[in-house]
Amino acid sequence: MADSGPGTITTATLDYPDEVVTHARVRYAELPGVTGPVALVTLDNGHDHTRPSTFGPAGLRSILAAVDEIAAHAPAVAAIAVTGKPFIFAVGADLSYRSSLTDPAVVRPSLHALGELGHDAFRALGGGRLGDRRVPTFALVNGAAMGGGLELALHCDYRAFSAAAAPIALPETFLGLVPAWGGTFLLPNLVGAENAVTVAVENALSQNRTLTGPQAVELGLGDVLLDSADFLERGLVWVGAVLRGEVDPAGARRRPERGPAWADAVARGRAVADARVHGAAPAPYRALELIAAAETVSPDAGFAAETEALADLSVTEELAASLYAFDLTQKRARRPVGGPDPKLARKVTKVGVVGAGLMASQLALLFARRLLVPVVLTDIDSERLDRGVGYVHAEIDKLLARHRLSPDAANRLKALVTGSLTKDVFADADLVIEAVFEDMGVKKTVFAELEAIVGPETVLLTNTSALSVTEMAAGLAHPERVVGLHFFNPVAVLPLVEVVRTPSSDDAAVATTLAVAKTLRKNAVLVADAPAFVVNRLLVRFMSEVLGAIASGTPVEEADRALEPLGLPMSPLELLALVGPPVALHVGEIMHAHFPERYADPAGLRALVEAGRSSFYGPPGPDGRAAVDPEVAGLVRAATSGPSAGSADGGSADGGSAGHPGALSGAEVRERAAAALAEEIRLLLDENVVAEAADVDVCMLLGAGWPFHLGGVTPYLDRTGISEKVTGRRFAPPGVATIS
Amino acid sequence: MFQSAKGQPGGRSAGAVRDVVFVDGVRTPFGKAKGVYAETRADDLIVKVIRELLRRNPNLPPERVDDVAIAATTQIGDQGLTIGRVAGILSGLPRSVPGYAIDRMCAGAVTAVTTTAASIGVGAYDVAIAGGVEHMGRHPMGEAADPNPRFLSEQLVDFSALVMGETAENLHDRYPGITKDRADAYAVASQEKVAKAYANGEIQPDLVPVAARHAETGWELVSKDEPPRPGTSMSALAGLKTPFRPHGRVTAGNSAGLNDGATGCILAAADVAAELGLTSKMTLVGYGFAGVDPEVMGVGPIPSTEKALARTGLSIGDIGLFELNEAFAVQVLAFLDHFGIDDDDPRVNPYGGAIAYGHPLASSGVRLMTQLAREFSEHPEVRYGLTAMCVGLGMGATTIWENPAYEGAN
Repeated sequence: MADSGPGTITTATLDYPDEVVTHARVRYAELPGVTGPVALVTLDNGHDHTRPSTFGPAGLRSILAAVDEIAAHAPAVAAIAVTGKPFIFAVGADLSYRSSLTDPAVVRPSLHALGELGHDAFRALGGGRLGDRRVPTFALVNGAAMGGGLELALHCDYRAFSAAAAPIALPETFLGLVPAWGGTFLLPNLVGAENAVTVAVENALSQNRTLTGPQAVELGLGDVLLDSADFLERGLVWVGAVLRGEVDPAGARRRPERGPAWADAVARGRAVADARVHGAAPAPYRALELIAAAETVSPDAGFAAETEALADLSVTEELAASLYAFDLTQKRARRPVGGPDPKLARKVTKVGVVGAGLMASQLALLFARRLLVPVVLTDIDSERLDRGVGYVHAEIDKLLARHRLSPDAANRLKALVTGSLTKDVFADADLVIEAVFEDMGVKKTVFAELEAIVGPETVLLTNTSALSVTEMAAGLAHPERVVGLHFFNPVAVLPLVEVVRTPSSDDAAVATTLAVAKTLRKNAVLVADAPAFVVNRLLVRFMSEVLGAIASGTPVEEADRALEPLGLPMSPLELLALVGPPVALHVGEIMHAHFPERYADPAGLRALVEAGRSSFYGPPGPDGRAAVDPEVAGLVRAATSGPSAGSADGGSADGGSAGHPGALSGAEVRERAAAALAEEIRLLLDENVVAEAADVDVCMLLGAGWPFHLGGVTPYLDRTGISEKVTGRRFAPPGVATIS
Repeated sequence: MFQSAKGQPGGRSAGAVRDVVFVDGVRTPFGKAKGVYAETRADDLIVKVIRELLRRNPNLPPERVDDVAIAATTQIGDQGLTIGRVAGILSGLPRSVPGYAIDRMCAGAVTAVTTTAASIGVGAYDVAIAGGVEHMGRHPMGEAADPNPRFLSEQLVDFSALVMGETAENLHDRYPGITKDRADAYAVASQEKVAKAYANGEIQPDLVPVAARHAETGWELVSKDEPPRPGTSMSALAGLKTPFRPHGRVTAGNSAGLNDGATGCILAAADVAAELGLTSKMTLVGYGFAGVDPEVMGVGPIPSTEKALARTGLSIGDIGLFELNEAFAVQVLAFLDHFGIDDDDPRVNPYGGAIAYGHPLASSGVRLMTQLAREFSEHPEVRYGLTAMCVGLGMGATTIWENPAYEGAN
């Protein structure tokens, strides 16, 4: 251990045997009217564009070696230009390096050393210091430039971007890191704090939004935008023009605004971070501190602070969870575990949608856009049918107006989506999905009717959120073709679908459903037919704990805000308003019927629905915040058996009170809600609803939008000790998605 | 076009034809097969040329280009898919500009020029882009060819007709006076002239540098031809193998190599060029193609030149500059002997030829024209010049141009 102890890890000893090394290759180009060659450095990891170039220790050392070689070159070079392999400039640090470090003791010193090595390499190349000479440096950003790739470009004196270069981003805070190889110092000092906050914080926290080459140049990241067809040739012509003094890109730059504007930008960044992660993830705040400091600190100090931040964040649970979550979304979510042979999937050339309500219409639009086959909606009510088809056509027109569709494509899609008052139009459909009223009797009738019309192999799908798919299929001549395909609202936005396999579903039907899900560009998780499957089962359990706390006297706001430290995208009651109380009630009633010991009778919710109320909150007030509607809270409490809160003594406006005997503190609400989740997930796994805890996390990440820093949810439950306390065991051993 | 240059000064031979001018020509540096462009696509090479043509001629609105004719001998892979159309789209030309592909083996680019020029002449087009590309590293000559078995069974052609080096040996048989020494001496002179042309900066202005990728060593900026071997000596050539025959005469030293490269030019009706303010570097006088026995394809330029001269009413004595493609030294010497021109006549290939530059088959024709245009600008005493080349399967291609800078025979 002595020679691998933390104390001995330096930039020189840093090692990663599994690194896919990005080599810095040097060649020399003569440019007209320029004395001495230009060193042209190519970053290339030897793979095609599907394995973008990343930086690990050996890659960074390759850059240092390239600079040494350039310094020794005769004749002396006039400048250094750096570019990438086709389609890729470089996409930053090799994330697998952090994941490869299993000994917690070496993580911090290793990442500290990696931070220093990155700064050394990028400053050597970008700084253009060749012995006692200083030459101009140029980044010719030919393609994707993310994280450290973009930071290397920022270290250079001048930057050209290809019009086709994309994506361009600093995604670090999205993952739980900060841009730590110069980004937080160089970017604000180049483009101002406002634009730097947009790129490094706001975009990163907005589902990792990225820039294109033209956008990057527009923001000031690049000095010049060049066509892709001869980008490198014209880039070098531009390098020559700069070297000959014919153009002065630096002089043409907007100067970053300092002073109050800088502070305002950082404050805006904090507001963005608060809105997205509610203080629950440290990375964006750390990045903002660095951006704030960059206004006045020296480069040395700025870069040193970045390295410290990287080292600090490298040992956070949030980063461990984020890397785990990122890996899940990149791999497990793209290849559903436990599915049948994809080759068994049948061709789908026509789709039927039973129902013409909002969900049915959204499904029809999605199927038409992605499968590009005829989609027929049916409804017995002609007015509703016209409205459903009209909705789809109107959505297509919106896409056309936003130039997301060409006129021809819009015509094509409109022609694909039609309506019918009778189901006989489904005779030649390969797949029919029902999206009718959530009632077992209605759904069974629909399937029975369908079976009389469609062929024996037509796959019948249900979008039920909680009803038993098995029961729905029972009594059919061909129950083996029935599969659940559960979407999440809004259908066009949330990437998850739960594919529900019943004991009687056959492989061909499941394979067809999975193939369709993939064509719909949805991430499928294969689940067993258990009440409410995964996402709704967990969300309703979680929400019922919050509603229970309110019913027992906890002030509405206190209960609702109790979960804020988790950094969820929305509070439980905001989620309730989004989903709609009737849907939540429906699922809640089913869950109560199945598991009364864990799911309380949703009497409060029922009262809310019966009163025709859609939220605990009233409309937003002048400050933009919605106030609790005391009437709703009263309704809920009155309807719920147990200790009454109606007669509470003063306390809060909604009638709840911190002093009420049944009232819980925020911490208690949080603890109960998390404990309920841990219990329910363990039960899900014991019931084999999904194969592994990782599938639960995929569901929560993609179906509920739960954040990376929680790792979905099980890493959070493990690292806080909740899973062990509640269920007696963890979901995954330390090191998989957690540090401790 | 097809001006009866002598008979009707300033007039035309017949009908309502318009004068066609060579506005500008450029090319990529040529590479050795498996050399600098080993990892560069053929279509990317022609795209660089088209974009450079448009950049160099900003007065030409791209939408005024009526067609893009691009030649390639092996029209598969990155040279397939109707290369002229593909190249136009990839170059960012307006979608309204059409394009097509042309094949006449080595004379592909010449044929691209003559067909589009003819379309301009009859008034169907105003402006065209014509050129060629050949990546012999990616597409060796004869790749995926499937010769009809009747060629052999009926002895339609000798087997040697399909191997260009053997046709060159056959040519030495036909003209015993053209010895290996004479061919080698011609080759040495060609290398010397190329080195001198480079030293004088005659070549570089019409090259578009190409960034060529090398996965193992990084991007390289190719800004000069790779094939030339300056300093080539008779003694060095004497030792080379004769791969086509034991103790033969044709060597890698006295013939063009296997090469990669792309060329292109802008052609316009003379009145349109004037209207748009485009340069007129040459004016087309006429052209001729002719067929010969495939076994001695190298004699092709003789009848094609006779034909072009006859059609234009010119004689060989009117031609002040010759750009002859040097597929093989023997084939150039046969042409010179036929027309009674000395091996070292200064009117012939003043900047050297394909023995040094290389010969990426279908692209070479426009290289000859681009060099002739530059030579015209330096020789206002010359009124007419021609380009000529031999073509595989037994053909010759000749174009005759008039020098707009001609100031009379002083």
